[in-house]
Amino acid sequence: MKETPLSNCERRFLLRAIEEKKRLDGRQTYDYRNIKISFGTDYGCCIVELGKTRVLGQVSCELVSPKLNRATEGILFFNLELSQMAAPAFEPGRQSDLLVKLNRLLERCLRNSKCIDTESLCVVAGEKVWQIRVDLHLLNHDGNIIDAASIAAIVALCHFRRPDVSVQGDEITLYTPEERDPVPLSIHHLPICVSFAFFQQGTYLLVDPNEREERVMDGLLVIAMNKHREICTIQSSGGIMLLKDQVLRCSKIAGVKVLEITELIQKALENDQKVRKEGGKFGFAESIASQRITAFKMEKAPIDTSDVEEKAEEIIAEAEPPSEVVSNPVLWTPGTAQIGEGLENSWGDLEDSAKEEEDEDGTDGAVILGSTKMDAGVEVSNIGSQDAPIVLSDSEEEEMIILEPDKNPKKIRTQTISAKQEKAPSKKPVKKRKKKKAAN
Amino acid sequence: MEGAMEGAMLADAKIRTESGTESGPRGSGCSLRHFACEQNLLSRPDGSASFLQGDTSVLAGVYGPAEVKVSKEIFNKATLEVILRPKIGLPGVAEKSRERLIRNTCEAVVLGTLHPRTSITVVLQVVSNAGSLLACCLNASCMALVDAGVPMRALFCGVTCALNSDGTLVLDPTAKQEKEARAVLTFALDSVERKLLMSTTKGLYSDAELQQCLAAAQAASQHVFRFYRESLQRRYSKS
Repeated sequence: MKETPLSNCERRFLLRAIEEKKRLDGRQTYDYRNIKISFGTDYGCCIVELGKTRVLGQVSCELVSPKLNRATEGILFFNLELSQMAAPAFEPGRQSDLLVKLNRLLERCLRNSKCIDTESLCVVAGEKVWQIRVDLHLLNHDGNIIDAASIAAIVALCHFRRPDVSVQGDEITLYTPEERDPVPLSIHHLPICVSFAFFQQGTYLLVDPNEREERVMDGLLVIAMNKHREICTIQSSGGIMLLKDQVLRCSKIAGVKVLEITELIQKALENDQKVRKEGGKFGFAESIASQRITAFKMEKAPIDTSDVEEKAEEIIAEAEPPSEVVSNPVLWTPGTAQIGEGLENSWGDLEDSAKEEEDEDGTDGAVILGSTKMDAGVEVSNIGSQDAPIVLSDSEEEEMIILEPDKNPKKIRTQTISAKQEKAPSKKPVKKRKKKKAAN
Repeated sequence: MEGAMEGAMLADAKIRTESGTESGPRGSGCSLRHFACEQNLLSRPDGSASFLQGDTSVLAGVYGPAEVKVSKEIFNKATLEVILRPKIGLPGVAEKSRERLIRNTCEAVVLGTLHPRTSITVVLQVVSNAGSLLACCLNASCMALVDAGVPMRALFCGVTCALNSDGTLVLDPTAKQEKEARAVLTFALDSVERKLLMSTTKGLYSDAELQQCLAAAQAASQHVFRFYRESLQRRYSKS
């Protein structure tokens, strides 16, 4: 689905409003939208809502062999996905420019800033290290994806616990959560991205642009910073020229915003930990605002299943007995037999996958068994394992055609072809293919 | 389709009765985990719902009826697409198979002929998997379709049953119960006739057990549909 284009009057309206220091959602120039962080039941799972923008983050880990040039360092892997759920214009399975840009920025913000101690992820130098994978899914796109994604990534990393390991000699023991408490990652600092949108060639500036504002902006400046006011990465895109004091002003604003967000993150993490420790209820079910009329909950409901046995018996009693598939197997040549009706057998010709559906009909009834065993109930799949000589060659296939000439004229034709082919078995493969085309 | 499947099951059972699994489920002790649902929580899709069954949680977004690619256009009905996204990594064969099952279920109830040459897209995101994932996906997609206002012949719900090795029946199993189970059966049922729309099974079971599971699923579906009804009543209430 295509993106709905922004009309000219909408664009002019938005720009005029920005000139008058007004924003469509009533925020001030430097205001951030509300941030809500909720955690799932698993470790390392969180949903971050930045206004209506929503990102799901999940961290997972795996023991892998390290990279050759970095034998003592764990591996960090980031993957942001723009799901079609977030906006109709995002196509599944396509690496758009925006996606590549966001992923690169995220990597620079979180990996290159060395916020996670990768050396602590090493189990055996040069042999086994932890690979930490951060999956981020954009669930709803309402602008400023990068800020929401960076918060989700760092929150998920903070929340994550990896299984404990111990090394004794050459033996690596992995402990389940029941045996030993999983351990958190060692995180040095929390880098957080803050976006600034510029309008009218840098004359006007807005913090945390929403989707509409992003569509009319001229340029974007992203500053990743931690609470110690250390800049982790900075990126200006859109091709606007910024003055030195503009960048400095932005970094000052970013410092304030990052401090606020870090506090919020820590508070959210503490809350979750407290609830988990006290054995209270946690997970997404608890974060649903139950006062909303769009939300509804139902407690555990017992289901009366006392009568299922009787019901099942009734149905089975009423059901027709399984039909005898065939009474007399037909013997075509010694060693082969045919039970039931059906189309030609296609066992053994794998090259023609286009005919698959047609063949399925055939295999239902046309069960070929060894001449010694003629049990009608045996499944088709059992045939292969039997010892009796079952010829699954092309020649058998031709002989498989069922003779009901008066009902199906098409079959007569195929039969006559097969009869011809029997005379010249050496040329069969070629002819067979021709025949199939004719049958199609 | 139902009839054909039943026939096959009965034929199968003939061989398997020898192995003797006719212990039968206990009547009591079956229950559904707590349910929660929130609709219309995403601003971009036309309809959205998050559905929780115990700790299993799925988020669904629906776009449609909307513009369709010419290559996918069907001249007399809407093109239904289902996209299922796993939480970790890229979608694989398991997701594709579930997508297909969900799409077939939706196609059975969505009145696509009312919107020819359009697309209806259901995007599902697994938020957490703690058992009965497919059932939760089905429930989430139904609630999202309702939220989007897509015309449907009936509502549908998914119910998962697990059969333990001793023949006991567990409704809405957790991941652990699913793992220990001898067979896991998932059914999709419609709200009008309580008939089977889709069924997918894994593991070994007899025909009697299949019917028992189906009967239990039908009983459970009443609760799910009541949950649907109550949550929609609440949603469209004035207070």
